[in-house]
Amino acid sequence: VSAGATLFGLDRRLVPLAGTLLLFVAMVIFGALSYRSFLAPQVFLNLFIDNAFLLIVAVGMTFVILTGGIDLSVGSLLALTTMVTASLVEKAHWDPWLVIPLVLAMGTVFGAVQGFLIHRYRLQPFIVTLAGMFVARGFCYLIDTESIPVTHPLFQQLAYARLGAGRVAISSGALIAMVTAVAAVWLAHSTRFGRTVYAIGGSAKSAALMGLPVGATLTRVYAFSGFCAALAGLTMTVYMLSGYSLHAMGLELDAIAAVVIGGTLLTGGVGYVAGTVVGVLILGIIQTLVIFNGTLSSWWTRIVVGILLFVFCVSQKFIENRAPRRDENRAPGRAK
Amino acid sequence: MSFLKHSLFWPCVTLVLLLALNAIMNPGFLAIAWRDGHLYGNLIDILNRAAPLALVSAGMTLVIAARGLDISVGAVVAIAAATAAIVIGASSNLGLAIAAALAVSLLCGVWNGALVVGVGMQPIIATLILMVAGRGVAQLITGGQILTVYYAPYDFIGNGFLLGLPFAAVLAGAVIALLHLLLNVTPLGLFIRAIGVNPVAARIAGVRAKPITLSLYAFCGLMAGVAGLIISSNVKSADANNAGQLLELDAILAVTLGGTALTGGRFSLAGTVLGALIIQTLTSTIYSLGVPPEVNLVFKAALIFIVMLLQSPEFRASLRRLATRTEST
Repeated sequence: VSAGATLFGLDRRLVPLAGTLLLFVAMVIFGALSYRSFLAPQVFLNLFIDNAFLLIVAVGMTFVILTGGIDLSVGSLLALTTMVTASLVEKAHWDPWLVIPLVLAMGTVFGAVQGFLIHRYRLQPFIVTLAGMFVARGFCYLIDTESIPVTHPLFQQLAYARLGAGRVAISSGALIAMVTAVAAVWLAHSTRFGRTVYAIGGSAKSAALMGLPVGATLTRVYAFSGFCAALAGLTMTVYMLSGYSLHAMGLELDAIAAVVIGGTLLTGGVGYVAGTVVGVLILGIIQTLVIFNGTLSSWWTRIVVGILLFVFCVSQKFIENRAPRRDENRAPGRAK
Repeated sequence: MSFLKHSLFWPCVTLVLLLALNAIMNPGFLAIAWRDGHLYGNLIDILNRAAPLALVSAGMTLVIAARGLDISVGAVVAIAAATAAIVIGASSNLGLAIAAALAVSLLCGVWNGALVVGVGMQPIIATLILMVAGRGVAQLITGGQILTVYYAPYDFIGNGFLLGLPFAAVLAGAVIALLHLLLNVTPLGLFIRAIGVNPVAARIAGVRAKPITLSLYAFCGLMAGVAGLIISSNVKSADANNAGQLLELDAILAVTLGGTALTGGRFSLAGTVLGALIIQTLTSTIYSLGVPPEVNLVFKAALIFIVMLLQSPEFRASLRRLATRTEST
């Protein structure tokens, strides 16, 4: 997908993002026409409040997918973070200000180890993070199979804290998610690290030939994804006020769906963190529409997400096929 | 020491070690008795419980051998189970229920194959779509309920016995034996390997890669459907949320343990069957050791890591370097 190539007069790289934005606007219009209170500002802000952890995870996942990889361990790692936090704070009575940096470091190291294995031993990201998923979920169960309620005053305060004026407000989790997204946009577009990530996604071989630190960057990308999962875990601990080994089951799929719907190409190299934010909002608005409808059952959310994934993947293929071939490595026969 | 190099050597050793560990911990473990007109014992139980996994893994082996992947099998199990349960509830017709469930699962497989072959999507993404939507579809079929099947003949599939052996195990054995014949008597096995080694070269050499790949996904879906029938019959109910949960991961693990390369081109059906038996034996071991069953996940992860690293040429190279260094010092 070379720069300068256009489709309908638009930079080709922006086409998926434009499609995502159009879809979001269309859904908002549909909601506004169907339900009177749909346009209330709080409905929009609730998208951030209820999907804060998904947004944080999806931001980390965006970087991984930009390199052409995938991280299936995030959901389990998130659950492990809630378990470790809850058990250390509630059962061992550790100071939360000690626990918070500790679990963030744990998530980062967990991701870094996965990234190291992927890069050093040329293992498939899919299978390494799959094993990581088993490890994290298994450790959750080892800590406790029951839910651990969190009653520490700090977490209680954070849970009920609202930032805003009058009836329009966001939670601490939503604020963290927004800050993470903004920081990630900066990381992707204004740092050497971000440019290396895009270069690896374009072609890891070329990136290495250009002298870019491919290995170190891959390790850091997975470390960042692990950090995001841990941060999301803290957010969820606050949101649910509990640690539970069954938290965030299948969240990795939602995160991947949000990234893809957000217009990031799964082959790597093309995509925007901003698109992922819109992708998460679209997943959120589907849920909101199902709730506003009242008669639709919750499983329709999954079916609609599946349909959207299908539509976006097919249209990605369409865009890809119309682009001039850049190098033979990207032909369909390329190893996964 | 040529048997050391045989691809089935390590899976066999793993299985024998696991069984030996069980036999030491529990002296009655290997005993097989004849009771109520059929064989009875831990080993028979393992055979019965490994049957659905072995079937799904067999389908997965072929898909992976042709450079693909199918992560939707768990969702297809749920869809097939839901279909069978709803048709039985409506008509009490066993044949119709089985036909409907198999038709739906075959359709799921064809859908996956069409996305991979026709649209040209990456296999993991193409099957991710059905993995996400599939459980929603299954819930749509069951109306969000856990359907209980009150129909005695249906129980036979998952709980019945044929010739003294569990019917599910006999069924799985027969299907896999037929598949083995098909792969070795006809050139199909060779074609699949060719596609896996180099799809472009295979096509140029005249292998009809597209229809073959499509039918492999269709077959994998069908196997998931059969597994869905066995699983739902075994527990006499269809649970759209939990039937076949994480089955795709177990299947991939079984395939990997059996020595099939995840990069395609090299596969072993017998190895996959051993892999499925290893996973089921591991589960039984953990139950009988009295360890919380949740620990199973950590063991499986450890297994994946070990197998994965042993398959990596880079890791083997660094091991070799380490070995020569210790020898020279």
